[in-house]
Amino acid sequence: MLLKQAGYRKDKKIIPYLFTSLMWCGGALIFLIFLGLIFELFWQGKQAFSVFGFHFITSTDWNPGEQQFSAGAALVGTLVSSCIGVVLALPLSFGCAYCLNELMPQRFSKYITASIQLLAAIPSIILGMWGFFILVPLMSQYVQPFLKNIFGNVPYIELLFSGGTYGIGILTAGLILAIMITPFITAIMQESFANTPVMLKESAYSLGATRWEVMHQVIVPWVQKGVVGGVVLGWGRALGETMAVTFVIGNAHHASWSLFMPSNTIASLIALEFSESAAGSLKMSSLMALGAVLMVISFVVLFCSQLLLKQVLKSR
Amino acid sequence: MAQDVKKLQGRTNHLITWRFIKNRLMTVFAFSTILVMLCILISVLITLFINGLSGLSFFTLTHMTAPQGLPGGLLNPILGSMIQVGIAIIIAVPTGILGGIFLAECSNKKLSTIIRFIADIMMSVPSILIGLFVYILLVMTMGYSALAGSVALALLALPVIARTTEEALNMVPSAIHEAGFALGAPKWKVILFICLPAAKGGIITGILLSISRMAGETAPLLFTSLGNSDWSWNILKPMASLPLTIYQYADSADDTWIKLAWTAALLITFFVLCLNLIARIYVDRHRKKD
Repeated sequence: MLLKQAGYRKDKKIIPYLFTSLMWCGGALIFLIFLGLIFELFWQGKQAFSVFGFHFITSTDWNPGEQQFSAGAALVGTLVSSCIGVVLALPLSFGCAYCLNELMPQRFSKYITASIQLLAAIPSIILGMWGFFILVPLMSQYVQPFLKNIFGNVPYIELLFSGGTYGIGILTAGLILAIMITPFITAIMQESFANTPVMLKESAYSLGATRWEVMHQVIVPWVQKGVVGGVVLGWGRALGETMAVTFVIGNAHHASWSLFMPSNTIASLIALEFSESAAGSLKMSSLMALGAVLMVISFVVLFCSQLLLKQVLKSR
Repeated sequence: MAQDVKKLQGRTNHLITWRFIKNRLMTVFAFSTILVMLCILISVLITLFINGLSGLSFFTLTHMTAPQGLPGGLLNPILGSMIQVGIAIIIAVPTGILGGIFLAECSNKKLSTIIRFIADIMMSVPSILIGLFVYILLVMTMGYSALAGSVALALLALPVIARTTEEALNMVPSAIHEAGFALGAPKWKVILFICLPAAKGGIITGILLSISRMAGETAPLLFTSLGNSDWSWNILKPMASLPLTIYQYADSADDTWIKLAWTAALLITFFVLCLNLIARIYVDRHRKKD
């Protein structure tokens, strides 16, 4: 009654309703896209899953002539190349974050942080091109012969470094991936390092600890989960990286022990074979099923990384 | 007694030196990692300039791509990239901002936590899978089109814009928020006319960064806009774009095509780095003002 007297008419309420429902639509859209993404990939890959069954993941055959497709070789390539990327990126980004946060005066570190983040902004296809024209010759002339010289006669390890030194292959792909994810991991590490209470650091310094001891015994234990979360997030990104890997991986449908041999990752296999498969064919369905496998792996990895990161960054 | 003290001192000295040596070693290691990263960045930029600058001319910027052997330019990829990124922005900005408002203002905390989690995961989902998704959704029914490419790019930008909008909205001091309510403004007015303008800086930074990410994306365009060596204004037809042209030309054996690919790479990188610098400077200015 009072509201009516104040000129508050019912039809004015339509805008708040509209606004609230639009807002909910915005939220629901994110949710629906995500569900749709998972569902559609599995739905389209259904044919391949039903034809090959569990064999799709464990087998390494890829023979379009005989309608034989499987994810095994690409899966191994994806996991190995991304693991190499993470193993190389971990010390690099730790060093960068340590240096930028703890060692450098802030007026320098600001600019260097910005330029390292610029590296993350460079599109992956550009890094792929750089890798193909600059890194591959370097690898084949210097790095691969060097590794062969060192490990060539060590039993078992020599298997990893056997084969010709063509420059392309899993190792080069891992290197490019390391370059791509280092800025990401560095940014997350810097953020978590900065979360350490200053009081803790200063009390360690006052006891006579060196910078490295503060880093190693105070900051790292304090932000452990953030560092692990950042590394896992970097791994998740490396798993699905397409263009940069496509340029240097060499595209071969087999898994081998050698890191010098051309191979394939799931993402590069999809990118390379897509144009040669007809819509509705078993090959297309296999590519979709590959996409679904990649989706599941990266979902699990990203899920873990977010859980770890949430715990650390929540305390802000 | 004196000997013991000396022994102890000697020992502590020894310990101290080892601790300091370790500290030094780690410092050297940390600085060398920085050096490695900077060298890689400089190497990428120098390679781009050396190989790309020679092909950058008025002719390249004003002529269409040509068949192998004929002189061609990059006009249609440049235009195509602009149009597709433009449409993607038109799609992604309103939906992303709405999503961000939802994340920041939804009263159901459990639901918004779940959706925030999903948005965070979506930000890192392989872009090639987004491409496959849009292929299934649009290309299977409508055929390859620039519009499908734009939708794929928009899906990549959507979570980024939503999350940055949310963060910017959360940065708005609650006093401003409450002052609006105290004046009797309804929630939608407070959000639209008080919170969003106050959060403008963060939102614009997010949009700039997502444009720079979209400009270089290749994988989702492979399956959606396909690329086109001719030009058409029809957004329901396949359309060329710079990343696809780079992908096609860099793999060829033709030297002039590889040169054009370098030029295109230089253009994209220059554009992306400029946008990033602008966004960074914008953030810095904004922080200083506060």
